[in-house]
Amino acid sequence: MKNTDSISHLQGKSIYIDDIPEISGTLFGLVFDSTVAHAKILNIDYSLALNLDGVIDILTFKDIPGRNQIGTIIEDEPLFAEDEVHFAGQPIAFIVAESEIIARKARKLIKIEFENKKIITDPREAFKEKSFITNPRTFKIGHIDSAWEKCKYIFEGNAKSGGQEHLYLETQGAYSVPSEKGNIKIYSSTQGPTSVQKIAARVLGVSMHKIEIDVTRLGGGFGGKEDQATTWAVMTALASQKHNRPVKYSLNRHDDMRMTGKRHPYDSDFKIGLSEDLKILAYEADFYQNSGAAADLSTAITERTLFHATNSYFIPNTRTTVYLCKTNLPPNTAFRGFGAPQGMFVIEAAIHKSALEIGVSVEEIQKKNLIKINEEFPYGQKADENGAVNSWNEADKTYQFKKLFAETEKFNSENKYLKKGISVMPVTFGISFTNTMMNHARALVHIYQDGSVGISTGAIEMGQAVNTKIMQVAASVLNISAERIKIETTNTTRVSNTSPTAASSGADLNGKATEIACENLYKRLTEFAGKYLKSEGKNISIKNETVFIDEKPSDLKWEKLVEQAFFARVAISENGHYATPEIHFDKSKEKGHPFAYHVYGNAVTTVTLDCIRGTYEIDSVKIVHDFGKSMNPLIDNGQIEGALMQGIGWVTMEEIAFNNEGKLLSNALSTYKVPDIYFAPKNVEIKHLESDGHKFAIMKSKAVGEPPFNYGIGTYFAIQNAIKSFNKNYKIIYDSPATPEKVLMSLYNQE
Amino acid sequence: MIEFILNNKLIKTKVGEGISLADFIRYNQNLKGTKIGCREGDCGACTVLSGELLNGKIYYKSITSCITPLKFAHGKHIVTIEGINKENLTEIQHHFHEHSATQCGFCTPGFVMSLTGFSINTKKTDFSQGINAVAGNICRCTGYKSIEKAIFDISEALKSKPETDEIAWLIKNNYLPEYFTEIPEKLKQIKPLENIEGKIVGGGTDLYVQNADGMSEKSVRFILPADKTDKIRIYENKIIIHSSTTVSEIINSEIIKNILPHLKKQLLLISSEQIRNTATIAGNFVNASPIGDITIIFLALNSKIKINSDNSSREIYLKDFYKGYKILDLKETEFIENLSFEIPENGFKFNFEKVSKRKYLDIASVNTAISLSINENIIKEIHVSGGGIAPIPMYFSKTSEFLKGKIINKEIVMSASEILLSEVSPISDVRGSSDYKKLLLKQLFLAHFIELFSIEI
Repeated sequence: MKNTDSISHLQGKSIYIDDIPEISGTLFGLVFDSTVAHAKILNIDYSLALNLDGVIDILTFKDIPGRNQIGTIIEDEPLFAEDEVHFAGQPIAFIVAESEIIARKARKLIKIEFENKKIITDPREAFKEKSFITNPRTFKIGHIDSAWEKCKYIFEGNAKSGGQEHLYLETQGAYSVPSEKGNIKIYSSTQGPTSVQKIAARVLGVSMHKIEIDVTRLGGGFGGKEDQATTWAVMTALASQKHNRPVKYSLNRHDDMRMTGKRHPYDSDFKIGLSEDLKILAYEADFYQNSGAAADLSTAITERTLFHATNSYFIPNTRTTVYLCKTNLPPNTAFRGFGAPQGMFVIEAAIHKSALEIGVSVEEIQKKNLIKINEEFPYGQKADENGAVNSWNEADKTYQFKKLFAETEKFNSENKYLKKGISVMPVTFGISFTNTMMNHARALVHIYQDGSVGISTGAIEMGQAVNTKIMQVAASVLNISAERIKIETTNTTRVSNTSPTAASSGADLNGKATEIACENLYKRLTEFAGKYLKSEGKNISIKNETVFIDEKPSDLKWEKLVEQAFFARVAISENGHYATPEIHFDKSKEKGHPFAYHVYGNAVTTVTLDCIRGTYEIDSVKIVHDFGKSMNPLIDNGQIEGALMQGIGWVTMEEIAFNNEGKLLSNALSTYKVPDIYFAPKNVEIKHLESDGHKFAIMKSKAVGEPPFNYGIGTYFAIQNAIKSFNKNYKIIYDSPATPEKVLMSLYNQE
Repeated sequence: MIEFILNNKLIKTKVGEGISLADFIRYNQNLKGTKIGCREGDCGACTVLSGELLNGKIYYKSITSCITPLKFAHGKHIVTIEGINKENLTEIQHHFHEHSATQCGFCTPGFVMSLTGFSINTKKTDFSQGINAVAGNICRCTGYKSIEKAIFDISEALKSKPETDEIAWLIKNNYLPEYFTEIPEKLKQIKPLENIEGKIVGGGTDLYVQNADGMSEKSVRFILPADKTDKIRIYENKIIIHSSTTVSEIINSEIIKNILPHLKKQLLLISSEQIRNTATIAGNFVNASPIGDITIIFLALNSKIKINSDNSSREIYLKDFYKGYKILDLKETEFIENLSFEIPENGFKFNFEKVSKRKYLDIASVNTAISLSINENIIKEIHVSGGGIAPIPMYFSKTSEFLKGKIINKEIVMSASEILLSEVSPISDVRGSSDYKKLLLKQLFLAHFIELFSIEI
């Protein structure tokens, strides 16, 4: 089945926030934000801006009837700065005007005086200054301190990974519309409608039921709209509340890039110990996470770094710690992978370094240490499948590692200015929110009396085709044509208290809730059909919109069945609730069973380096991926390709640059580059690992959003290997992204 | 009054001629299929088609409407996604649908428009040209592989397109709606605009990135040639290129193809199809970016520019045009009329090198161009230029002087590279550290000789 939005996307008819027809009287908002990264606000003069024709109001913290607080996990972030600013781009005020351009003119007229304070942009410096978001977290297994003695080889090193701008094509935005009795409806481009609702209620000083959030779709999210869509939605609501007018705010790209957080940069130290036969016996890592100026989701991201710090490997003795370093950058936030890629990068660097130092192949160490069924992850859960080993073996069999490596070597011996590099990147990724309480969802399924079906869930459609999967579930359970089914907007008045669509779990959680609701409806309808057809006690089923009695078709078709059930006063609406079974996690011990299941896979990446110019191309990425039993291979392959490309972008050209004053330099698409069509790997092959699927995956089809992002990490190591084959004296530094600048400097560095 | 045809509708508007075409389309005409993703021509979500009559025939090209002044549309046919939609999917849309080449959908109308432009324009379609058509379209969801597959099918299907009467064929084969046949006649009814007062704009592709708000309240003045079909011409021993010539017009010029056969490939490293379709050479010169690709190329061709004011005219070398960072030898009342360079002699060689974070649609970290004439292995004439390593687009006079009269070999090239580095003083910025830029300049200088003379370094 094709993405249900495909046709309207292609005709430009799909509606995003800025496309909603404007209600007359609509006002336009614009944030006035800090130009400095850390300062005391001495004085602000709004008078010139307020006097500009068409400016309605400028809202500040003083206009907040409720609480000036948007922090979720930790309440440490004001909506508007009060006396101090903590990052450049921090909102100070919200200009409301009759047009966007008037608001922009007004912004230039605001005068502000700061008294600058010390600016920290580097997590190591924050660590030294004891500037933290909260206490560090540590996961351990075995006995790390005594394990070193048993190691034949011990290596230490450092690995850095950079931030990443989400660059959803649709920028952040919201449109709030007041109605009677103080109620406000907010159209928001958010992955977390309940979070927007809750925080808006908190700031506006009203009950949650006064605030309705409605989301049709997002033009991309990637985690950037999980928590950080809230700010703008709350501001428009605040202005609507005060002025009783609709208020829209659709951020322009520069404002979006400047004011929003990104993927967390990490600076990490590792120590790894191996036995003579290359078993990793001990691994220790300290991750210095650049959290930015407020907590946002950093504590949850910290957790996932720790959960994935050993990637696909079984290591009996580990100790890994994340320090949440508070700096004067915009609060960093969720981004596809959610801390896991940062953790995986470090263990892969440690293995890479070990192999080079010992003089064996990286792949030998990787393969020897893959986690097997019933072996334990550092957090106490045991692998319940052999996916790591199976995907490695399947990739080796399908793509023939030996042959690929030999071809690369041959090419390198024959070419002077061009060098190829190759790497293998195994991936193991846990599925579920690591915060157990979030793993539940609801679906509201209405069958209308004409037989059409409308489904509301908490899932947000942002291109990943979760709505298509939900439609597939309903069509399959009810056994009717998908044409009869409509997936409604995501709306907090229809489905409440939702978890954000994140952690790759949107289809699993909301799909399972839909499945439950549809199963209940199916049961009621077949029971009714038995009575109606006077066939009680017989086996009644619905197949392809026809009622069957003991496997024989009756004359009763779907439309008639529904109509008659409705006349007989059968409930033909249903609310399904699903909570992932078996999962639990005890934070006091840092042990438990946090994941419903794991997704496994393997990617072989080949790159070609131009050693004159320091530029590179990605020849191929050959993947074996564990989809379970994919319920929609076209859509799932699209997720792999898209995530892979983002992962490659993260370790190659995507470089976030702040200056020492905490000002974002890569603040536009002209200075922050993401992959274009020419940069896509020439060849991407995706093989589905044979599997029976997992019972906790929707229709046995495993979650696919985040795991393949990590395949991109392989590109970093392939590039390093290519540099090494040109410059034998190159001492590899693990400092992602491998921009053309770093590559050229490495090619010619003789130190 | 600005007058043009938007899709199938005649527009007559007194809205400010300096506002961006994208704003007019979305907020004045309420056509919301054209998306705005960056407002600097770097994402392609706002791509529309612009059709223009030349000698009675209509030519379409894709443009980024977010950095195009509304006045540009005057007398043209502007086509948005709404203007190509039919009841069922068009061929382009159909292939995207088949390959699931849309995910969040926000970039999708831009891709569809770029490829619709490709379907109209391209004479002999092949896959690589199809890819080139969307080099200015960013998708953050798909990873492009599904889009490549769709483009492959589209370029295959277009192979049966005839060389004449393309529009009729495209209508018949479900690429365009039927109203396209009536457009040329309708365009003929629109009179040219008086074009005297106002801020001089080339293509606007940088001006609108820097100051779209400011431009929205201004009048716009284009410097246009008497005959739009004669922008590039040969006069005596010179090639003369009118200031309003776009990069695409240079790429497609038969005159240029004959003299600089590799220039097309090199020019494709500059920005994107959409921007090359509107960005002009004079715009690049006066923008005075120390890293302007077009400027660097014409510096190495030892070009001259003719500068006019309303009552006088003078000619100077392009290399003398730059006095300091963004400081030009150009008075308020003056504008560039044309550029000229001498038709090279036999033994002429030219190369352009550019490295940026992303190979396409990116601003260079360093770029450099070289032109030289060789006679019996001796360099008779040579001009070397480079960008990103000084406050102005550099003409390397010492390096050029040194190499003149020399025989090309590795030692001479290495010595020249030392002189080259002595001429520059790069600063560290978002495009690279000073050390990187020096190393890169040297490497790209060497690359000229590897490319042109297969010298082993």
